[in-house]
Amino acid sequence: MSALGLSPAIAEFALRMGDSCLILGHRNSEWCGHAPALEEDIALANTALDLIGQTQLWLELACEAEGKGRTSDQLAFLRDVSGYRNLLLVEQPNGDFGRTVMRQYLFDAWHLPLLKALMNSTDKRIAAIAEKAAKEVAYHLERSADLVVRLGDGTAESHARMQAAVDFLWPYTGEMFLADALDEELVASGLAPEPGSHKAAWQEHVTRTFADATLKAPEKSFAQKGGRRGVHSEHLGFILAEMQFLQRAYPGARW
Amino acid sequence: MYAQMVKTEAKRVRSLDEMEPQERAFQERIDAGQKIEPKEWMPEDYRKTLIRQISQHAHSEIVGQLPEGNWITRAPTLERKAILLAKVQDEAGHGLYLYCAAETLGISRDQMYEQLHSGKAKYSSIFNYPTLSWADIGAIGWLVDGAAIMNQVPLQRCSYGPYARAMVRICKEESFHQRQGFDIMTVLCKGTPEQKAMAQDALDRWWWPSLMMFGPSDDASVHSAQSMAWNIKQDSNDELRQKFVDQTVPQAKFLGLTVPDPALAWNEAKGGHDFGEPDWTEFFAVIAGEGPCNRERLEARRKAWGDGAWFRDGLTAHASKQAARRQAAKLAAE
Repeated sequence: MSALGLSPAIAEFALRMGDSCLILGHRNSEWCGHAPALEEDIALANTALDLIGQTQLWLELACEAEGKGRTSDQLAFLRDVSGYRNLLLVEQPNGDFGRTVMRQYLFDAWHLPLLKALMNSTDKRIAAIAEKAAKEVAYHLERSADLVVRLGDGTAESHARMQAAVDFLWPYTGEMFLADALDEELVASGLAPEPGSHKAAWQEHVTRTFADATLKAPEKSFAQKGGRRGVHSEHLGFILAEMQFLQRAYPGARW
Repeated sequence: MYAQMVKTEAKRVRSLDEMEPQERAFQERIDAGQKIEPKEWMPEDYRKTLIRQISQHAHSEIVGQLPEGNWITRAPTLERKAILLAKVQDEAGHGLYLYCAAETLGISRDQMYEQLHSGKAKYSSIFNYPTLSWADIGAIGWLVDGAAIMNQVPLQRCSYGPYARAMVRICKEESFHQRQGFDIMTVLCKGTPEQKAMAQDALDRWWWPSLMMFGPSDDASVHSAQSMAWNIKQDSNDELRQKFVDQTVPQAKFLGLTVPDPALAWNEAKGGHDFGEPDWTEFFAVIAGEGPCNRERLEARRKAWGDGAWFRDGLTAHASKQAARRQAAKLAAE
């Protein structure tokens, strides 16, 4: 890393973190006014707001570490699909509310142990963002896990919907723990943990939650992957078309 | 104003001398500026009128999430997105306090939803207009929240305790929303010619519906007179509209925008603006369900409720199971 804090590895890592927060925040915000209970409207907006706040911090770090004079808004609103680094899990369509809850839970159970590990990053900026985000995400996890249990162990219908959500989303979880060359570089310099290193914590949380929820993780599955190198599902293009509309339609305008 | 044309059962406002002792004591407490609390005696019509007014206000907050939510996913910057999310979240929160305030009068939230979904209960006419551009989000904050504040600030002193207290918190947040809306407009008006045109177009479309939010003149309305006697309405619709116009016209001028009313002029003698009459035919059509978005708004709320039934049933079933398990564990321990 240079004296100015420039580091392509940190920039890329910050994009991976920020993009997942941004796209999940976007998906959650699609529920606005349409949730099954008023309390859920409030909670979803609140979660989305936390995630957008975290996005700003990660993308600002990406700009700083990249050193090309770009702003976080330019990163969010002017990159195309192949430039996005989010997990495939978060771009999956909302589906019914059960799938939205399950997607949030599978993400939160990964996000929290990762943030806790990042609090020990050798880069102070990463550690500071992780510390702030971890407080918010601890609450996200508490809430999403609680809903998974209550709905899994609710009525026959709520159980069936939650099980269908697990079955649908499971293939998108494998990607969270895969390492690539960038991860090796981050691990070597103590910037971030090895992605596989918090799989045990995730697995343990999921096993316990699913037991309480009377849900089963699929025995046989496969991993959909590619998000972190910019190879996405078809859904991301539509998210970006909507999200980036004003910046694309009125280039250079200030808002 | 999120509650419009709230009806009472009154044929005329009765004097203290015409009242039975219990009602007279009640009216005297109101006249002395005291608060009425949930467990206390109140005339049935006071209770019913407040339920209508508070639930209409709550429904407006909830339906109001839809036109604004329409732009959260398209907000132009991360900061604007965060601010809009926070605003819409506040509004859902206002809905929640208001439903709770109405529940203290002996109606459940589910019953109020049912009245909304069946079309029996109304919500503010303003939310039946579409948000077509980003400037509409600015215009809603500036004009719609601005109009709502006119009515809600005095309601902080209204006679019903839970409603007055809910309003204190709501007003703080609403004035923040109004400033944010005005800030969106300011940036657009200082921006490119296209952005300025977007802002003018939004003002053109939202001006008259905003004036209609106060409802038609109610100087001769027995319902308004009764509500004023109960101190659950403090100013006439025309007084509030005048205040709103007088506050807003200089702001439009500051922005460099033209208020779309050829009759608008400063009247030195009255110390306020003269202005044109809103199209009340349009207003009554919107109230009757014929506004541009009535069907979409109501359909969206019905769908959210219907699609969410399994979710609410699931939570209820889990709570019963947990209670049964606790009971069984308690018996086993004995």
